[in-house]
Amino acid sequence: MADQQKMRRQPMPVLPPRERVHSFAEVARGYDESEAVLEAARCLNCKNAPCVKKCPVSIDIPRFIQKISQGDPEGAYSVITEQSSLPAVCGRVCPQESQCESVCTRGIKGDSIAIGRLERYAADYHRKSGNANPSAPQKNNHRIAVIGSGPSGLSCAGELARRGYEVTVFEALHQAGGVLVYGIPEFRLPKNIVKSEIAALESLGVTFRTNTIIGKTYTVDELFDEEGFEAIFIGSGAGLPRFSGIPGESLCGVYSANEFLTRTNLMKAYLPDSSTPIRPARKVAVIGGGNVAMDAARVAKRLGAKDVTIVYRRSEEELPARREEYENAMEEGVHFQFLTAPIQILSDVKGFARGMLCEKMTLGEPDVSGRRRPIPVPDSDFIVDTDCVIVAIGTSPNPLITSTTDGIITNQKGGIETDENGMTSRPGVFAGGDAVTGAATVILAMSAGKKAAAAIDRYIQNKKEA
Amino acid sequence: MYRIIKKEILNPATTSMWIDAPAVAKKAQPGQFIILRVDEDGERIPLTIADTNPDEGSVRIIFQAVGATTLKLSQKQEGDFIQDFAGPLGNATFTNGLKKVAVIGGGVGCAIAYPVAKKLHRMGCEVHFVAGFRNRDAVILQEDCEKISDRYILCTDDGSAGKKGVVTDALKELLDSGERYDEVFAVGPLIMMKFVCDLTRIYRQKTVVSMNPIMIDGTGMCGGCRLTVGNAICFACVDGPDFDGHLVDFDEMMKRNGVYRDWERHAYDETCNLFKGAANHG
Repeated sequence: MADQQKMRRQPMPVLPPRERVHSFAEVARGYDESEAVLEAARCLNCKNAPCVKKCPVSIDIPRFIQKISQGDPEGAYSVITEQSSLPAVCGRVCPQESQCESVCTRGIKGDSIAIGRLERYAADYHRKSGNANPSAPQKNNHRIAVIGSGPSGLSCAGELARRGYEVTVFEALHQAGGVLVYGIPEFRLPKNIVKSEIAALESLGVTFRTNTIIGKTYTVDELFDEEGFEAIFIGSGAGLPRFSGIPGESLCGVYSANEFLTRTNLMKAYLPDSSTPIRPARKVAVIGGGNVAMDAARVAKRLGAKDVTIVYRRSEEELPARREEYENAMEEGVHFQFLTAPIQILSDVKGFARGMLCEKMTLGEPDVSGRRRPIPVPDSDFIVDTDCVIVAIGTSPNPLITSTTDGIITNQKGGIETDENGMTSRPGVFAGGDAVTGAATVILAMSAGKKAAAAIDRYIQNKKEA
Repeated sequence: MYRIIKKEILNPATTSMWIDAPAVAKKAQPGQFIILRVDEDGERIPLTIADTNPDEGSVRIIFQAVGATTLKLSQKQEGDFIQDFAGPLGNATFTNGLKKVAVIGGGVGCAIAYPVAKKLHRMGCEVHFVAGFRNRDAVILQEDCEKISDRYILCTDDGSAGKKGVVTDALKELLDSGERYDEVFAVGPLIMMKFVCDLTRIYRQKTVVSMNPIMIDGTGMCGGCRLTVGNAICFACVDGPDFDGHLVDFDEMMKRNGVYRDWERHAYDETCNLFKGAANHG
């Protein structure tokens, strides 16, 4: 490969925007073998490996990339699964550009290595090859309960199962996967991939119990006293959708992003024979600027809306969404109204949304979040034409568990307080992911689940010795 | 999968089922609900728990076949299985310290009112039960409710059973005769609960209503079940399902519950045709 070529990364093959706005098929198609090998060959295999230090779950990145360049993707998969329980998921939804890839030595003078795409390639290779998943190790006869089957719970469960623990994961919904199945759309993360990652955990010996709501069906105390678990990990996520409090948020045709995405992703409202409907909308307005807002807008487009507009009160520069998701949305024809805040959702005579009154904003001094505070521009009201409004301004932790369990201290926002090991104020009860931090990323939740697993292991070993 | 232990047709439109769900049966309190899916790819629907038998590990649900899902469920037989059955969800109906309560049930709402009335009766509370139905054929749980009520007043719209009239007529008579209650508990169609609240507001009788909005997860995640209570947005699944009826915005709730009405009608007809087709060919 010429040096000049080595500066540039292999482009990701994607479905063209025109095709994908009518389809829930995965947008990014993934590298083929020759693309993957060419990309892997760009890796400098740095001794100090800055990428590994930036990976929340410390994957041995240079080593797995070497395996790919040597034509051994299955070997690469094994290297990744030493540290990660969900490689096919992370290869797709991790914000690599602000983690491993942000410190890649190649990135100093050219493009950083496409680490995420290579991770995905190895994981997809393993899945398609039909090679057996790693099987369950010798059991150590210690039982651990994991509450919630989202990224933190799956990661914690996988890590513990590899150490020989008997792990049961409790899930409130009818299907395991948490936000990976109800939140992230099919075209970004196909659900059969989540299913096969869960199947891999099952072959490691993890048991999944769906339709079980901890705090309702069983309390945390019952898990200890009656079900015989020795430690518990709470990974219940940031469940409750926030609303902005403007008039009209309970009109028909106004959804939380959670509802809109759950109807589409978990309940498959986009399929013609789905038993869970979603009302077709003509013009959709999405309030918010994060990844969830991008997901909701792109879903709305695919459901057939003529026009989809994201309304965000700060400017393009402050947009919290990943650059890639923002670009995808733009390519698919999603419009952006920056520096715009909604004041009221207007109603027709039947109680359906029929427009959104907004005002223009300007940016003032930075606020506590460090971002410049939006200030309303006087007399700048205008109406956004819409018959469907999706509120995507974040979530707050679900109180179902903390309100039914004594001895778990929460912070002002309802997040569970933990020490540096992920243990809560109650001995033997650990927590991680959005239930602790508030809404964050899949990989941060996975990292928290993994750290807690190590801490649970130490906790059980110490108890045995005591 | 959850087995149907017992099935009873209460009237042509209303079915009772006991479902094998020990964990739910052990925990459920009057006023709480479950979420079920009849089959793979089915929709999730909430149903309020009508009764439990913790020893047997079973939970009773009573429902009308009004939509595609409840129609499919009504076609299931004893020994059949349903895909998912999760709960108990929501908060139990508050009963502490109540000495005298008027329980108002409208139609299949009586199935939800019954366990609450039973609990009140067992704790020594005086229960006046007003049950309203369209006509004689629609009456359910008459004997059960009579047993646990100090007064049981049956009314039908056409007078074919009990008094002729609606529940608010009967409740107004009670109030006019001087009866006063620690609380009025009303459950039934939204329009009925709205009129009960309009009436009890005049008589300054505290009124609690049990709401049953469209729901998906039932654990607070989707926010689809939200309603306006006072000036606040509440989620029926985690803040309710019981609310102070004098603060509930019923008009908004009626609109929200109607969002998918055309769609539901269509899905119901399709499912009907499916069953008819199966009957003709089977």
